[in-house]
Amino acid sequence: MSTEVKAPEAVRPAVSAPVQPAQKKKKSPYPYWFYLPAAVIFGVFFVVPTFSSFFFSLTRWDLSTWEFIGLDNFIQFFQEPALITGLRNTLIYAVITCTLKVVLGMLLALLLTSQILARGFLRSVVFFPVLVSTIGVGLTFQVLMDPPNGLINQALGVIGIEGPAWLVDPKTALLSVALTDVWQGVGLATVIFIAGIVSIPREYFEAAASDGASAFQRFWRIVLPLSRPAISTVIILALIGGLRSFDLIWAMTRGGPGFTSDVIASVIYKQYQAGFYGLSTAGNVVLFLLVTAIVFPLFRFLTRREVNL
Amino acid sequence: MRTKRHVWLGLLAIVLFAVFFLVPFAFIFFTAAKTQTEAGELQFSLPTTWALLENFGEALRARDYMLIIAFINSTILTVASITILVVLASMVAYVAQRRQSRWSGVVSFLVLCGLIIPPAVVPTVWVLQSLGLFKTLPGLIFIEVAFGMAFCILLFRAFIATIPRDLDEAAIIDGAGPMRLFFKVIFPLLRSVMVTVIIVQSVAIFNDFANPLYFLPGDENATVQLTVFNFKSQFTTQYNLLFADILLITIPPLLLFLFLNKRIVEGMTAGAVKG
Repeated sequence: MSTEVKAPEAVRPAVSAPVQPAQKKKKSPYPYWFYLPAAVIFGVFFVVPTFSSFFFSLTRWDLSTWEFIGLDNFIQFFQEPALITGLRNTLIYAVITCTLKVVLGMLLALLLTSQILARGFLRSVVFFPVLVSTIGVGLTFQVLMDPPNGLINQALGVIGIEGPAWLVDPKTALLSVALTDVWQGVGLATVIFIAGIVSIPREYFEAAASDGASAFQRFWRIVLPLSRPAISTVIILALIGGLRSFDLIWAMTRGGPGFTSDVIASVIYKQYQAGFYGLSTAGNVVLFLLVTAIVFPLFRFLTRREVNL
Repeated sequence: MRTKRHVWLGLLAIVLFAVFFLVPFAFIFFTAAKTQTEAGELQFSLPTTWALLENFGEALRARDYMLIIAFINSTILTVASITILVVLASMVAYVAQRRQSRWSGVVSFLVLCGLIIPPAVVPTVWVLQSLGLFKTLPGLIFIEVAFGMAFCILLFRAFIATIPRDLDEAAIIDGAGPMRLFFKVIFPLLRSVMVTVIIVQSVAIFNDFANPLYFLPGDENATVQLTVFNFKSQFTTQYNLLFADILLITIPPLLLFLFLNKRIVEGMTAGAVKG
């Protein structure tokens, strides 16, 4: 049995040996060592930490010494209400921001591809917040959302609505941050949708017009199916961004009031600051599993459907 | 009739867009120009006395010129990271695109991972610490390069696929080695995608908050995004200086935006339409 298996292995080098020098002489103009510098940096600073996170999440750890404690960190993670809230909030936050960015982004893109005044200017206006520092946006909206003095509630007061307490109220804090995120990020969704809509051949619209299709039919039968790659991109980008979101929440609420607007990313930071490195890393692993469990299948699903079209 | 309706719709859109998207920026500007007491009222109004330049000066001088040091740090960080990113990512994209083998598949997979997987924070600190790079600018540069690599490879690879191979073959017949072929023939042709990569990544790295917070803590190492918290404390917030700081750190992306808006949009939508 074992000799039979070994035999081909023993033969192969003998056969291929005379071929090799010939191959070596004709060196590829595209050498593999071009991968090397990038691979080293990516490997050391991304791949190694990612793999080692699985190990260190099972330890009590102070960066120099570690003690193996099995699944204790994960058990603690799923028992402490503050951490559970973080997990639930992450999902809520990602779903709200993703949905609103897709819907509002599509509406804005439809508006900004129609024959409208100052189209270029309006596109720029929608897009600019994408480039601004998230921290700056967060602190600005924190002031605008101030319950008695902030501009938003004063403006609502003018039209007779008593605005909510936004970031101060545990019930609305997470939603307020999510809305700010949508304000800042909808421009990116819009420009991607615009690029998708613009790439649809004119003939489809001309044919639809001569058949007397309504605006809604044009949208439902032409724009929506044909800008599917753009929609997939926006959904995936917005979901990844939403699940990983940290900057805006940190700038606006630091997870408060209490821990009502904590997400996994802010829990990771808080545990790290408190010196619970093992627990923080367990949070990272939970986030990793959550992101991959949602995004990879979705990515497969969305790209497969495109091929079938 | 139809055009008239469009004009009204257009005007309405302009007003709504201005309210939703420009008022927050006007608020930043007005508050940055107010005196401390007036700014503290948080009102959206023109400043009664304009103190914009004084506030800029005070924001820059605060805590031993921390904001100026932070601007220098952020500039070094952005320029160094992007230089390394452009060279290394284009090399990878080039070989992965030109020499189809199982390694190309590995590269594609790693790019996907790099785009999706959230970096593990504490293990990265651990790696940096064991290399003696924790709390150093070079350490953070490596981090930005590692985290930005996937996106850059993606953009470069799509572009290199459009460069005809005849070019390579002509250069090879002329006796160019791999280094000369890439750096003298192909690399210069990547200029347009390079501009896109540089713009998109420089905005991302300049605006980065989380990575400097984790991997480069400490006042003497501050990058610009961390300085805004100088003026904000639980008890007294100097709103005029806070917004002067926000305004100052918004100027570099604003300049990029004014001159290169088209290129930025191009870069951020690249690949999105094709899927």
